[in-house]
Amino acid sequence: MSGIPHDHYEPKTGGEKWLHERLPVVGLIYDTIMIPTPKNLNWWWIWGIVLAFCLALQIVTGIILVMHYTPHVDLAFASVEHIMRNVNGGHMIRYLHMNGASLFFVAVYIHMFRGLYYGSYKAPREVTWIIGMLIFVLMMGTGFMGYVLPWGQMSFWGATVITGLFGAIPFVGEPIQTLLLGGPAVDNATLNRFFSLHYLLPFVIAALVIVHIWAFHTTGNNNPTGVEVRRGSKAEAEKDTLPFWPYFVIKDFLGLAVVLVVFFAIVGFMPNYLGHPDNYIEANPLVTPAHIVPEWYFLPFYAILRAFTSEVWVVQLVSFVTGGIIDAKFFGVLAMFGAIAVMALAPWLDTSSVRSARFRPQLKWWFLLLVIDFFALMWLGAMPAEEPYATFSLIGSAYWFGYFLVILPLLGVIEKPLPQPATIEEDFDAHYGKSSETPAE
Amino acid sequence: MFKKLTLSALTALTLGTGGAMAAGGESHIEDIAFSYEGPFGTFDQHQLQRGLQVYTEVCAACHGLQYVPLRTLGDDGGPHFTEDEVRAYAEQNFEVFDQELLDGEGDFRPAKPADHFPAVTSAGAPDLSLMAKARAGFSGPYGTGINQLVKGMGGGEYIASILTGYTGKEKTEAGATLYENTAFPGGWISMAPPLYGEDVEYADGHSNSLHHEAEDVSAFLMWTAEPKMMARKQAGFTAVLFLTVLSVLLYLTNKRIWKPVKYARKD
Amino acid sequence: MSHADDHEGTRRDFLYYATAGAGAVTAGAAIWPLVNQMNPSADVRALSTIRVDVSGVEPGTQLTVKWLGKPVFIRHRTGAEIAEAKEQDLNLDASPLIDDNARNANLADQTAFASDANRTMPSPEGEGEGAWLVQMGVCTHLGCVPLGDAGEFGGWFCPCHGSHYDLAGRIRKGPAPENLPIPPAEWVDGSTIKLG
Repeated sequence: MSGIPHDHYEPKTGGEKWLHERLPVVGLIYDTIMIPTPKNLNWWWIWGIVLAFCLALQIVTGIILVMHYTPHVDLAFASVEHIMRNVNGGHMIRYLHMNGASLFFVAVYIHMFRGLYYGSYKAPREVTWIIGMLIFVLMMGTGFMGYVLPWGQMSFWGATVITGLFGAIPFVGEPIQTLLLGGPAVDNATLNRFFSLHYLLPFVIAALVIVHIWAFHTTGNNNPTGVEVRRGSKAEAEKDTLPFWPYFVIKDFLGLAVVLVVFFAIVGFMPNYLGHPDNYIEANPLVTPAHIVPEWYFLPFYAILRAFTSEVWVVQLVSFVTGGIIDAKFFGVLAMFGAIAVMALAPWLDTSSVRSARFRPQLKWWFLLLVIDFFALMWLGAMPAEEPYATFSLIGSAYWFGYFLVILPLLGVIEKPLPQPATIEEDFDAHYGKSSETPAE
Repeated sequence: MFKKLTLSALTALTLGTGGAMAAGGESHIEDIAFSYEGPFGTFDQHQLQRGLQVYTEVCAACHGLQYVPLRTLGDDGGPHFTEDEVRAYAEQNFEVFDQELLDGEGDFRPAKPADHFPAVTSAGAPDLSLMAKARAGFSGPYGTGINQLVKGMGGGEYIASILTGYTGKEKTEAGATLYENTAFPGGWISMAPPLYGEDVEYADGHSNSLHHEAEDVSAFLMWTAEPKMMARKQAGFTAVLFLTVLSVLLYLTNKRIWKPVKYARKD
Repeated sequence: MSHADDHEGTRRDFLYYATAGAGAVTAGAAIWPLVNQMNPSADVRALSTIRVDVSGVEPGTQLTVKWLGKPVFIRHRTGAEIAEAKEQDLNLDASPLIDDNARNANLADQTAFASDANRTMPSPEGEGEGAWLVQMGVCTHLGCVPLGDAGEFGGWFCPCHGSHYDLAGRIRKGPAPENLPIPPAEWVDGSTIKLG
């Protein structure tokens, strides 16, 4: 491992040596827990631990729910009510799982925007970023399929609408859609395969999380300054870093505990606030709810999907150029996936030599706008598909793509970055070490 | 160019809010101070018992409660009837189909506490088990859902407002009679006014005006939708309390661990 | 923590122990619900007590009901059967019991002798003693359901491996080791038995 120089695990007793020669597992754990971590990490860095907690929470509560749930269109809705009414503490476990998905997405979005602000995606951390994006996409798939399982109205119609997206693919769309659904419409076959995949994907995510951690433990953490840890010698590195345990473990746990106070307040006092009332009506293939709204965490991308209608000139142009193969429907689907793809390409789109936006006076503002854009799209995704929301969605979508495809490449060339500290130690001392009594060196 | 785009986006946002305001406010839902609201709100056992009476004597003619086991009428945090009262209520009011009777042919028999309230499908009316959670009385403003934070989801309020929201006007459309209702989205509902006031005689002498009956049955339906509400709030409160203590301790520990690192140069 | 400075050590240690303790308690409190959810749910528990209407069970017939997932035999014995059972009781010296424990959950003394009187249910008012016998319909050998009015002792016969039970449900011949167990049962009124 070409990491930051630090002390490695040394087996001392005979038993430790015996095990270490055969399976260096203690060494692996030691190196992971004691990894040198930039000592200037701020509170935006706690969300990794929150995400790890969410994954564990969802897997544990999910396995429990499966013990009582029945994946059949005639029984699924009733079996969820059985969990809510009869299973010991079942209502709490179900609400934890339901709101756990929301916490998961809150955490992942903050985690991602933190990476975008501090340039954590930039070399040499591209692989960490790409794996993170894969995890994000798998999370969306898992969340979507999980939402189908209670077999409420929103489950059914959400599944109908989202699988309909695949039907937009030219030529092969309809066969693909039929393949996904296992029939002409969402039905028992769909419910069963979604259940199977909803159970499987979290374990794929868990594996990717391990690779994600492996990747950034190889490159070392980024930090608010974006300045790399000095690696010349162990002594030098130790001036910039502190071991993960206990400094960051305790700090992360503190962050997690505070987040969980809010989380349990929501689960305990308003567990249905983030859900949609229609999902307490059993699925009915003959009646569509007046207004189909995805879960809140899909809304920004749902807004982008809906923004590109056939009236938009870009859509008309593309449709004309491709001879109608890419119609408005398919364009919307491409735009939605494209919105995630441009994010994944950020490491190569960003041309700036400076990592952290802390030293990029212009990017700061564009980034702030991106965050506002994200919330605006989230709101627009929940609004009915009519004016003026359609126009706003289009503007919001345009900015989303503009940020990644235009601002990131251009700004790196034209922006004049602020001076950066030479070392992490310097930055840290500027905050804590140098009181007024201690003059600067 | 981008600044222009930003500006237009911001203007768009402000304009949008105005548009949403104009579109909303179709149905009128009255905010009622139910006893079950808020972090420490609890169901009023007597109100639930009265609500059950309204359901049994009025609603049950058309609406089922198929997800609600009769035995839960005796649960803590519910109407809390005694075991004998629950058994008597089940026997006297409902018959259920039992497949095991008549050597597997099945037959109707009086309901037992272990049975559920029957599903009623004859009138084509929706099941009421989860109605209080399947309807939101409040949303907005502008689709943000902030009102629900302040007032609660409002399922109970929605039901009560429907029950009291009839104006008395009716019309016939495609062979069906529709009744004007100020709370119903669209303004015309196919359910005839079920309550007029003084429809039931409460044993405890509580007022049986239309408003009281509507509130009682709404509270009861909130209980059928969320029977574990009180246990849930208690669990949530305990968890919040535990985690707050843990947060404070972690805060102090964290501060102490970092102290020598952060202020090392001072000493 | 062993490196803690002496003068500050106690206070610091206390804080660390308190934090670790609070963390452990919080985590521990989260474990129990995860385990307890596997215990029988409320709908299952609700069936642990059932009421059986036996008004239609004529003397000489038997009602089989399902309780806790298993069959329960409710036998309304005729006068002749009661007399024969009494006779079986008197002849125990000639053909001794395999299991002399009453196996009756309703008796305070769980070692009570397996006499006919200790096996039968107290009769409702206006009926002679020994008219009602309530027992689990599960052979104590390997769990088959014995047949009624069969076997060499006039009681029940298990076709799986040939166990013979007498009129009081006691094992008399065959591989089964124990008498048919008697579940908790009591009269709620003259015609209703509460099981469990």
